[in-house]
Formats: sequence, structure tokens, C-alpha cells
Amino acid sequence: MSRRRVALPPSTPAAKTFESFGRPHGGRPIGGPGATLRGEGRVDMEVFVQQLINGITLGSIYGLIAIGYTMVFGIIGMVNFAHGDVFMVSAFVALITVLVLSTVLGISSIFLTLLIVLIVGMLITSLLSWAIERVAYRPLRGSFRLAPLISAIGMSIFLMNFVQVAQGPRNKSIPPMVTDVIVLMDRGNYTVTLSYRQLIIWGITALLLAAFWYLVAKTSLGRAQRACEQDPKMAALLGVNVDRTISITFVIGAALAAVAGTMYLMYYGVVSFADGFVPGIKAFTAAVLGGIGSLPGAVIGGLLIGLIETFWSAYFSIDYKDVAAFSILAIVLIFLPQGLLGRPEVEKV
Amino acid sequence: MTQPVQARVDVPRAIRDAVIAGLVAFGILLPLIGLQTTVNIRNELVLNPRPVLLAVMVAFVVTISLVMSLVVQPLAARRAAIRPDGASVRAAQRRARFAKIAIPFALGFAFLFPVFVIALGGLSGSVKWIDNFGIQILIYIMLGLGLNVVVGLAGLLDLGYVAFYAVGAYSYALLAKTFGFSFWVLLPLAGILAAFWGILLGFPVLRLRGDYLAIVTLAFGEIIRLVLINWVDLTSGYAGISGIPRPTFFGIPFTANDDGFAAVFGLEFSPVYRTIFLYYVVLCLVLLTAFVTTRLRRLPIGRAWEALREDEIACRALGIDTTKTKLSAFAIGAMFGGFAGSFFAARQGFISPESFTFMESAMIVAIVVLGGMGSQVGVAIAAIVMIGGTEIMRDLDFLKAVFGSQFDPTQYRMLLFGLAMVLIMIWKPRGLIATRDPTAFLHERKLIAAKFVKEGRG
Repeated sequence: MSRRRVALPPSTPAAKTFESFGRPHGGRPIGGPGATLRGEGRVDMEVFVQQLINGITLGSIYGLIAIGYTMVFGIIGMVNFAHGDVFMVSAFVALITVLVLSTVLGISSIFLTLLIVLIVGMLITSLLSWAIERVAYRPLRGSFRLAPLISAIGMSIFLMNFVQVAQGPRNKSIPPMVTDVIVLMDRGNYTVTLSYRQLIIWGITALLLAAFWYLVAKTSLGRAQRACEQDPKMAALLGVNVDRTISITFVIGAALAAVAGTMYLMYYGVVSFADGFVPGIKAFTAAVLGGIGSLPGAVIGGLLIGLIETFWSAYFSIDYKDVAAFSILAIVLIFLPQGLLGRPEVEKV
Repeated sequence: MTQPVQARVDVPRAIRDAVIAGLVAFGILLPLIGLQTTVNIRNELVLNPRPVLLAVMVAFVVTISLVMSLVVQPLAARRAAIRPDGASVRAAQRRARFAKIAIPFALGFAFLFPVFVIALGGLSGSVKWIDNFGIQILIYIMLGLGLNVVVGLAGLLDLGYVAFYAVGAYSYALLAKTFGFSFWVLLPLAGILAAFWGILLGFPVLRLRGDYLAIVTLAFGEIIRLVLINWVDLTSGYAGISGIPRPTFFGIPFTANDDGFAAVFGLEFSPVYRTIFLYYVVLCLVLLTAFVTTRLRRLPIGRAWEALREDEIACRALGIDTTKTKLSAFAIGAMFGGFAGSFFAARQGFISPESFTFMESAMIVAIVVLGGMGSQVGVAIAAIVMIGGTEIMRDLDFLKAVFGSQFDPTQYRMLLFGLAMVLIMIWKPRGLIATRDPTAFLHERKLIAAKFVKEGRG
């Protein structure tokens, strides 16, 4: 394994696959990289490994967002449609924090920048999610069934357009933060690389998932959260503050989405106001695929969706990769509504 | 009235809440509003601090919080305590009496609207008014009424309604360009094709309910849009289809030629005739939609829709075929969407996938929700306020003077739509027009107040 200091060239499959990621409205058709790769022959293994690396990275981001969907659905049974836009806002917060750190404070250490950006992003995004729950969802408990979903859709539209008005409709890009790559395989015309960026994303995801698992499984807060999920009325009778627990659920989901947003910005270096919609739907697909309400399911679903998307783009058609994701969503909801790890829902009168 | 009203105002608590709200707003808005990212001459991203705007917005949030806890909430509590249950029914009856007079007036105004506009603005100046206000609003009323069948009557939240609008528009565009069929042949055909798609997309989602149904319809809507973008051979992708044949006046085209409308009727040529003709076409379509839906509500199928909305399990227990009921709602809603789509294509002469994004679906849903799900008058009012409101904002020059020449009301339109959806859900979840006209009754027709209708639970 040799190490080289090369900037990730834009022609690598990684860059191409991700270029159109999350651009639902301003999207542009991009020539499929699959065709050029297969034409050269004898690199099947390398392409596969490269796509695996890219897919796991993308899947980590989806998984982190999916946890927010799955937790909120588990505890109050609503699809938090605005979660994707909370993720987008967090990417903007990260962008602005990076700019403050680099241009105003002059901090150049990558480690310090990343740490501060993560903390600031998590704090502000949590605050936003807390406020949204308080203003737009809490008054609707006990209202008719579709009310929270409609309110969440309204919130999603509001956030998207608020960011558009406040920060402008253009794509915002920053210079790449970490450019080193590790060359894993080199077969003349095709090199398989694992960038430091991807390694950082894997590391942070793993670390946060471990911390998050500890929080849910071992602390009293996690116990209260699980109790409310099973039976909010009984939990309230036993002295659990249900309102507070629900707020904390929203905050935790938002904090993980903020991590995803920061890594999204670090990975692609560009963000726009419309970037919340498609990743949000894909992360929701991941949550449904893994079994909504199940936390390990969300992570597994995220990884699966990430892998399916990258492999689909590489081997079939990059133009139809969003169609693939939406089709998976429809197919899973129709034929496997309980997902891979979820419990089947029994409807009682 | 059994108890005296105890609407005490807790000032220290209100102040504490306002301070918390202000702090939270400051935290959230500091990066998003306080530091704007702009691109400088060297194409680098730089920060542009906006402390004044930040302060104004935080102050705004604090004020809202204070007003809410000091004025609005005590007032609402007092009114809730004073008002006996019958009062809302009486208020509804008053409104119904008002509606009896107002609706014929509104219809008369709609029919005479082009005449008023021409009388006020002259022949050439009125095109823009009839087009932007009349036709634009009527298209949205039509879409709202169509979606109202699915969301308001059958209680199925459809977030991909724009797909049927797109099917209608593309069927008209492609068939008219390829085979040269006329508008009047293709209008019903587009409706039938859209209804067919409604059944096709309705089949897989029959077993789903509530949130899941909404998400799957959203996915279908997006899939159709992505196929329209990527199937370049058929739809020419992002470029869209242009040069779509325009409708004719029973065979007489609206052109400046000798056999054009103006020449045949001995009038001076003006584009306004086509606009007026289109206005009456869409007005008739809207009235047809409203009439058909009103009649359908009284048929067994319409009653089954509303029963389905109230309680699906009870419906099944009573032997209602839920499959047929849901599919018919999807098909009829889609058919009206298809009519609207083919009219849209004929009016624009150009269509592209840009017109059929999720935002368009969300806007139609917002119109239905704001108007009060199930209420046709509510849908019309919501469409007039929301679409007409932004069109007016576009024309107000002083807004440009205040907000700068970059001011684009369409951005604020969606912002307001989103906010209005949240606020309506909190304060008036039944929408602006919350009362229902029952279709089945004993002896006399009584209005049902919002309080007693449980719509949307299904």
C-alpha cells in the first residue's frame, strides 16, 4: 500500500458518481462512467472495489440521516419530512463555520477545524430541530392523522426556501479540505483509491454510532426513550417526562444529521439549498428498508442504499439512479413494509 | 356558562419564554442570516455579515413570542370558555347564508372578469391580466379541485399529483404534434390517459395508508418526472417540447391570417381574443370539475369515499369494496389533473419537466389543505389568495424599492406556502372553510361544524 499526495482527479469514478448527487432540480445529465470503465476491460475487480469504497462512504452519510427518521417514527409515529432539510441546513452551518474559521480566525489545522465545525454544526442543528418540534409538531399531538405530516411538509418547504432567500440560490463550494489518497490497487489504466476524506467519514461514523448506541442502550435517557417508544402513556405514568424525551429524540436525530451534513460538505465541497430533498428521501428509504423504528436497521439500510446507488450508477445508468432509489422506496413500502429488521405493524380497531 | 373565565396573564413567564425564543432564534439565525455567503470577484466564497438584519429578525421572533403568550393565548382561552358547543354550528349557518348570496356573485364576476378587465385596461393591456390572474388562478383551482377528490373526499394524501398533470400535458403535446389531433379531441383523451395512470399507480398503493401512501405517491411523481427528463427520444428531456399546436375556435385559428378568428368575425387582430377564449375554456373546465364532484358526492361512490376517509376498517366491515373506492378516487382525481395538464400545454405552447416538480405537487396540496380539505369554495379561495397574491406582489414596484431589484416574489411564495401549511395545521387543521354540507340527512339539511367532523382520520 503506497501513499501518494495527489488531488483526487475529477475524472475518477468517485468524483463522477457523486457529482450529481442530491441535485434534484438543478440536475444535469452526466455521461455514465460505467461505459468507459467497462470498455477498457480487465479491471472488473478494481472497479468493484472502488465502488464498494464509494458506496460505503455514501451509505454512512445516508445511515446517519436515516437514524433521525427512524427514531422519530419509532417514538411518535410520524414521518419527519423536514429532516432532509435539517440535514441541508446543517451542511450550510458547516460551510459558514468553515469560512469563519479559515478566513476570520485563520485556523489551518484540519483536525481542529473539523472538530469545531462538528460541534458547532451539531449544536445549531439540534437547536433548530428542537425549535421545529416545539413550534410545528408538538401542538399537533392528538390532531388528525395526516396533520403532522402536512405540517412537516410545510416545514420542509419553508426551510428550503428560507435558506434560498437567506443565502442565495447558487451552489456554494469550498476548496477541498483533505486531498490525500491511499492507492490500494494500481493496474496501469485504473487505480483504486481510498481517500483520507473517506477514511475520516468512516471513522467519524463508526465513533458516533458507538456513542449513540451507548446512549440508547446504557443510559437512563436511552431507557426513557425506548420506554416512550413502546408505550408513551405507560411511560408517563411511571414518571418519564414524555415531552422532554420526544424533544431529545429530535435533538439526537438532528445532531447525527449535522454530522452527516458536515461530512457531506467535506466530501463534495459543495452545497445548495435544494440538497436536502433527494438525500432526505433516500435516507428515508434507508430507514424503511432497514425496518422503520429499528436503529441497526437504519444503519444497514443506509449502507445498502449507498451501495445500491453507487453500483447502479457504475454498472447500469447514472441518469436513472434516482429512479432506482425511488423505486426501491416504493417496492419496499408495498411488499416489505416492516423492512429487514422491523416488526410487522398490527392494526387494531 | 358554568365557571367564570380565568384567563390570567402570566407576565414573568411570558417574558422568560420570549427571552428563550430570542436566544434560540439568535443561535439558529446567526449563521444563516447573520453571515451571508457570497462569491467575490476571484470566485471565492466570502462572508458578508448582516448584523442589522439579524437583530431585526431576532426582535421579530421575540415580539411574536410576547404577543402570542400575552394577547393571543389568553384571548383564545377566553373564547373557548365562553363559546358553547352550539355556537360554532350557528356561526356555520350564518356563513352558509352568506355563501348562498356570495357564490352566485362570485360566479357572475368570474364570467364577466374579462369584460371588466377590458373595460378598465383596454384591449391590448388586458392580455396580461386575464392570463396571469384569470387563467393562472383557474388552472390551480382546477388542480386543487381534482386533488380534493383524492385528499379531501377519499382522505388519501397524494404527494405526486403533478404526475397526472404531466401525463395530461405530455399526452396533448405529443399527440397533437405527432398526429395533429385537435384540442377538443385530445382533451378527453388526455383525461382518460391520466385516469389510466391514476389506476396504474393506484394499484400498488392500495394496501398502504396515511404517511406511507403519501411517500409512495411522492416517489411515483418523482419517477415520472425523472423518466420525462431522461427519455430524451420521446420527450426531448430538459429541453422540453415547444411549438405545441394552440387550440382553435371550433376550427378557426387565432392568427392574423385571412382565415383567422379576427378576420372571420371582422375584428381587428389582437392576441387578446385567444386569451379570452382560453379563459372561458378553463372556466368551463373548472365549473365542470366542481359540478361533477358535487354530484359524485351524492352517489354511492362519493359516500363510499367519505366513509373511507373517516374509517377504513369500519368501511370494510360494512362491505364497501375499498379497492374499487380507492381506485375510483385516484382515477377521477387523475382525470381532472389530466384535463388541467392538456389545457396547460395548449395554453403555454411549450412544456418541460421543470413545470412538474415536487414543489408544484406541494403547492397543490397546500391549496387543498389551506382551503379546508373537502371544501370546494375553500380550494377556490386558497388558490385565489395564494396564486393571485404572488402575482400582485410581482407587480408591486415599491416592494422592489424596499427589498432591492433582485426581489423575486416567487421565492417568497413558496416560503409563505410552507409557513401557511404549518400555521393552518396548528390553528385551523380543518382549513379556512371548515364546515361541511352533509349529503345524507334526516328531515332537514344541517351544517356540520368543524368540531364534529373527524375528517382525515381515515
